Amino acid sequence: MKLHEYQAKSIFADAGIPVPDSRLATTVEKALDAVDEIGYPAAIKAQVHVGGRGKAGGIKIATDREEAEQYADEILGMDLKGYTVDRVLVEAGVDFVDELYVGVTMDRGEGEPVLMVSTEGGVDIEEVAEENPDAIAREHVDPAFGLHPYQARKVVYEAGVDADVALDVASILSTLYDLYEDSDASEIEVNPVMITSDRDVIAADAVMNVDEDALFRQPDLAEMAEESYEDDLERKAGEYGFDYVRLSGNVGIIGNGAGLVMTTLDLVDYYGGKPANFLDIGGGAKADRVANALDMVFSDENVDSVVFNIFGGITRGDEVAKGINEALGQFDEIPKKVVVRLAGTNAEEGMEILNTDLVEVEETLEDAVQRAVKNAEEVTQ
Amino acid sequence: MSIFVDDDTRVVVQGITGGEGKFHAEQMIEYGTNVVAGAVPGKGGQEAAGVPVYDTVDEAVEAEDADASVIFVPPAFAADAIFEALDTDLDLAVAITEGIPTQDMAKVNKRLSETDTRLLGPNCPGIITPGEAKLGILPGNIFADGNVGLVSRSGTLTYQVVDNLTERGIGQTTAIGIGGDPIIGTSFIDALEAFEADAETDAVVMCGEIGGEDEEEAARFIGEHMDTPVAGFIAGRTAPPGKRMGHAGAIVSGSGTGTAESKIDALNDAGVPVGDTPEEVADHVESFL
Repeated sequence: MKLHEYQAKSIFADAGIPVPDSRLATTVEKALDAVDEIGYPAAIKAQVHVGGRGKAGGIKIATDREEAEQYADEILGMDLKGYTVDRVLVEAGVDFVDELYVGVTMDRGEGEPVLMVSTEGGVDIEEVAEENPDAIAREHVDPAFGLHPYQARKVVYEAGVDADVALDVASILSTLYDLYEDSDASEIEVNPVMITSDRDVIAADAVMNVDEDALFRQPDLAEMAEESYEDDLERKAGEYGFDYVRLSGNVGIIGNGAGLVMTTLDLVDYYGGKPANFLDIGGGAKADRVANALDMVFSDENVDSVVFNIFGGITRGDEVAKGINEALGQFDEIPKKVVVRLAGTNAEEGMEILNTDLVEVEETLEDAVQRAVKNAEEVTQ
Repeated sequence: MSIFVDDDTRVVVQGITGGEGKFHAEQMIEYGTNVVAGAVPGKGGQEAAGVPVYDTVDEAVEAEDADASVIFVPPAFAADAIFEALDTDLDLAVAITEGIPTQDMAKVNKRLSETDTRLLGPNCPGIITPGEAKLGILPGNIFADGNVGLVSRSGTLTYQVVDNLTERGIGQTTAIGIGGDPIIGTSFIDALEAFEADAETDAVVMCGEIGGEDEEEAARFIGEHMDTPVAGFIAGRTAPPGKRMGHAGAIVSGSGTGTAESKIDALNDAGVPVGDTPEEVADHVESFL
């Protein structure tokens, strides 16, 4: 779960990390009130869940009231990579002489959290990581012990941070690690940490992602959750509780288990079709869930045909068949051809009750996918 | 022969009084698995799925001489359940639970490295040695006894590929789901190493997916250390970057690592043919035998 910059910064501030003075604004008037209080220069920053806001025109620095009004007006309501900006953070500009990158994340290869520091801050850190990995100093943390303060100092010195601010940066890094642990974050990044001419150290940006699996014990953070869907279909999938990703093709895909659903997508592509979506109904799905899944793919206007691929383990074929019958029984005319392939637990029972007047049935994954691809081709011809 | 579990494995089921725990304990017993006890705090002295329940794993192991555990405990308590299994010095713990917080698993992993216990999962379907023992939720009827080992990150994909093998009369020594989470116990390499050492395993299937670099590392291991032929399959060729495809680990990062292409290339470089379809994987295996 992603937090907005303003949410992360308020958490940072509460933890004692220096952040610039700022206000959240949802209208141009409120943004101007905020600048009047904060003074110039002021940064006006779109608060949306996308990376690269600056490059996309979502962050502007205003040096006077006229500019502030113009930028607030431009940014509020703008479309940023598919998301509409409905609030901006108005923030005191920092007069900096140097920029750093600091971050904490899980190194999945090592199975340990890792601290990262680079003096090449303020730029796309992924590019730095790829082109010049040595420019990022790293230090792994034993998750059982937690961070020893010396480790934060060590990685800061290793990165070559100026000696007169090194201890302050290390202190911020220590606090970030504590936050990482206490809030079940999957990632915390500050890019940049700004160093002022007075040698103050300020967190000028804040990225914080929280492990969704841990939200049960993070009630305060769970409240900050703000679903960010790219379209109504993804919103619907969120409400139904499906793992769903919309794609650009026209063959709708429903299956159980991430690996098998991905495989079904790949096979649609392999046999010359284009997958319209990834939709995993998950383990042990009952009939109503199956019906919801069909509702999802039928709602996608790009879908020309559907393939249902179930290999039951926990999931039972008879439940799936019931759901398909129920969902399709409501139509006078089925909107799109549905090919069903049932295997595994209770597949035979499922095949017995499946209403084959409503669907086409195939025994193997390969046959089911090829038939669905052919069905889609017939629609588009 | 088999790896990790067989006829002699004595199993305790943690969470046996819950819906899933009870159902799958019964399924395991029906399959012929030697389930000897359950462990659920506060339920000691009861009986579930026809076996005695104990309050702690320790007690269950002590009383019933168990050496393996299958964990059906909800995510909030699952890490604690794994710690309990590890502290009992079991040979094997299989964590079925999906959705355990990653930082919990990092702590579990650390403790794991200090024990002799093997952990499978979490978020895995378990392990089966056909005809001998099944620890987990895999549908027993699709498996057949034979000479091919299988290791996979995905449960349902395991079923699919096994189905393709069994259909043409190719049985399995042992099939293992290692789980789709970013931090797991037993890795591809651990399983491959065990299959390589198993005299009865004549070929191995490795099913991977996008995300992480475990498949690339496994490919290097195969190239350097394995004589037993391996066939591969990688799910997620069509996955767009930056989108999480169900599994916590199944995400292609923007910078191009963890893609299906890089995994397939690494496997090919190690001499591992990768099937475009599960059917093709079975073709490759057939050509090895």
